[in-house]
Amino acid sequence: MAAGMNNRAIRLAHGGGGRYTQQLIEDVLLPILGNPVLDPLDDSAVFPMPGARLAFTTDSFVVHPIFFPGGDIGRLAVCGTVNDLAAVGAKPVFLSLGLILEEGFSMDDLKRIALSVKSTADEAGVRIAAGDTKVVEKGHCDQLFINTAGIGVFDGTHPVSGSGAKPGDRILVNGSLGRHGMAIVTARTELGFSDRILSDAAPLGLLVETVLKSVPEVHAMRDATRGGLAAVLNEIAGRSGVGMELDEETLPLDEDVRGACELLGFDPLYVANEGVMVFFIPENRAGDALSAMKTSPYGRSATAIGRVTADSEGRVVLKTRLGSRRIVDMPSGEQLPRIC
Amino acid sequence: MKFLDEFRSGENARRMVQAIRSASVSRRLTLMEVCGTHTMAIARHGIKRLLPETISLVSGPGCPVCVTPNPFVDRAAALAGLPGILIATFGDMMRVPGSSTSLEQERAAGRDVRIVFSTLDALLLAASHTDRKIVFLGVGFETTAPTVAVSILEARKRKLNNYFVLSSHKVMPPAMDAISKGDVHVDGYLCPGHVSAIIGTQSYENLVRRYGIGCVVSGFEPLDILRSIFLLVRQSEENRPRVEVEYTRAVKPEGNPKAMAVLNEVFEPTDAEWRGLGTIPQSGLKIRDAFSDWDAECRIPVEVEPPREPEGCRCGDVLCGRLKPQECPLFGKVCTPETPVGACMVSSEGTCAAQFRFGE
Repeated sequence: MAAGMNNRAIRLAHGGGGRYTQQLIEDVLLPILGNPVLDPLDDSAVFPMPGARLAFTTDSFVVHPIFFPGGDIGRLAVCGTVNDLAAVGAKPVFLSLGLILEEGFSMDDLKRIALSVKSTADEAGVRIAAGDTKVVEKGHCDQLFINTAGIGVFDGTHPVSGSGAKPGDRILVNGSLGRHGMAIVTARTELGFSDRILSDAAPLGLLVETVLKSVPEVHAMRDATRGGLAAVLNEIAGRSGVGMELDEETLPLDEDVRGACELLGFDPLYVANEGVMVFFIPENRAGDALSAMKTSPYGRSATAIGRVTADSEGRVVLKTRLGSRRIVDMPSGEQLPRIC
Repeated sequence: MKFLDEFRSGENARRMVQAIRSASVSRRLTLMEVCGTHTMAIARHGIKRLLPETISLVSGPGCPVCVTPNPFVDRAAALAGLPGILIATFGDMMRVPGSSTSLEQERAAGRDVRIVFSTLDALLLAASHTDRKIVFLGVGFETTAPTVAVSILEARKRKLNNYFVLSSHKVMPPAMDAISKGDVHVDGYLCPGHVSAIIGTQSYENLVRRYGIGCVVSGFEPLDILRSIFLLVRQSEENRPRVEVEYTRAVKPEGNPKAMAVLNEVFEPTDAEWRGLGTIPQSGLKIRDAFSDWDAECRIPVEVEPPREPEGCRCGDVLCGRLKPQECPLFGKVCTPETPVGACMVSSEGTCAAQFRFGE
């Protein structure tokens, strides 16, 4: 670790999903906890069991505010976990739900969130198989924290990892960028936006299943959450040992998100998503993958945004609208705390 | 007209670049921008790559955070450690390294340091925390200083006696003057768009007259910057340095007299230390005696550690355009955005941060 980094205490940036998070995992946690199942650091762990191969993941949710335009912490908990399983090519089956509640939390709000968990789980085709509830004194947690674990199976599909991207692959996304992060920011700050930006939180298991059935040759996948598209692309470029080139003209951005980003000084490439899956697909199959995505309600604006290159290994480069080029660096992780 | 589309249009940009190439006939030019937002915009849009290699774009001391020397951060950190103090600051100051700590580290250690988007938020904090003293860190040039001046007037009006400002505000023209007579050769300035919206263009006339260096006031979209570069190239080829305003949609030659009046009511010029440039006479803004009740430096005494510059840090040279970020021996090795040695790497408008994040 480079000199000067204060490694005696956790900083907010360690939760940002960018470089600080990466360094915390690689320098502090992995040396202690590492093992062959954990080490690939894919969205879910994949391992054989007698007669089956399973995917297993865990996630925690500390988003603030807990109710936001387009969703709530309950919906987020299901979507986040389901998408981590889908991202390795598994069919999500069961979730666990651990609740840490603050003394004084409204019972009505708890019911609302439970209903949201249920409806999202139904939509995703998963069941809550186990749960736990703890209560802490007022002031010792902020309203409600949720922890989940998820199990998925490989139903005729094979595992997809983050290290399989190959030069020549097309980079595809199923929808527009930056919705979730901007929904949270505009919900938090009293800026008086007349239209509310809605989070894109969505369970993508069925969308991914449709793509895999049509195009089993998906080389890599990952869902883009905190840290934005930039974090995911940099992670995969690093793991796969490839470079990437994005075309700024093709990045899908809704007008309201674009406007809010401009006003608040955010770069949409670094803004959190909760309903975006990034696919790396051989060039000659990209068209079929896009058609498959478009049959899903969460894939109507699916599009290609770039390609994987053999040079500039580990680097993601953006071809700008002006025809110039610049690097899309790994975010450090400090843009916004408690985004998911 | 949708600015985001027209002023970023690839086609318009190509035409402007062509115009620049056609106009760049005889000379190699060094053009300097002195605004952190310009530094970032140029890096984000990859503008340097589009220009002919006869044009060199360098960054000057345009990032108010970067030019603030260590003692200011040290004093802010020391204040944060006093009981009953709440520090309110713009986000960019949080990670700037002082002599031994940063505000972010102080917050992680339990001190009350909060990020605000504007002085209005800081005033709200003062109104709602009457048992605490709120110290707002005043960093920024003439774009920001009037809003801070207004906050002091508001505090006086509302009788908020627990609101204070620690001023490190600076003004651009004396720094541009210092650079113009310094050892870095500059053929033309891209002048800061929003500072100029406040101060107008008179100070640039002085630069033209004294040093024969052309000045174009530029906006922040890629097309603004490209057009401003074109105008500077044309000035040079015609051998007619002068003041031109490209950013006509925001800048008038007389500036914003109301903002200047408020600024001058609350602040007065003082000598100030700029990282890399040393002390420049009359380049800083000090709160006038009439408002000393809201001046943290006057009213809240605190012991501050002796300043220490980090070893090997070349921020000063980078800020004057003497050194490119990648020429600094610490760049990218010991000094990165996560482990910054100096302010230029950590500030959201820092020259080194721009180079590291966007590459060239």
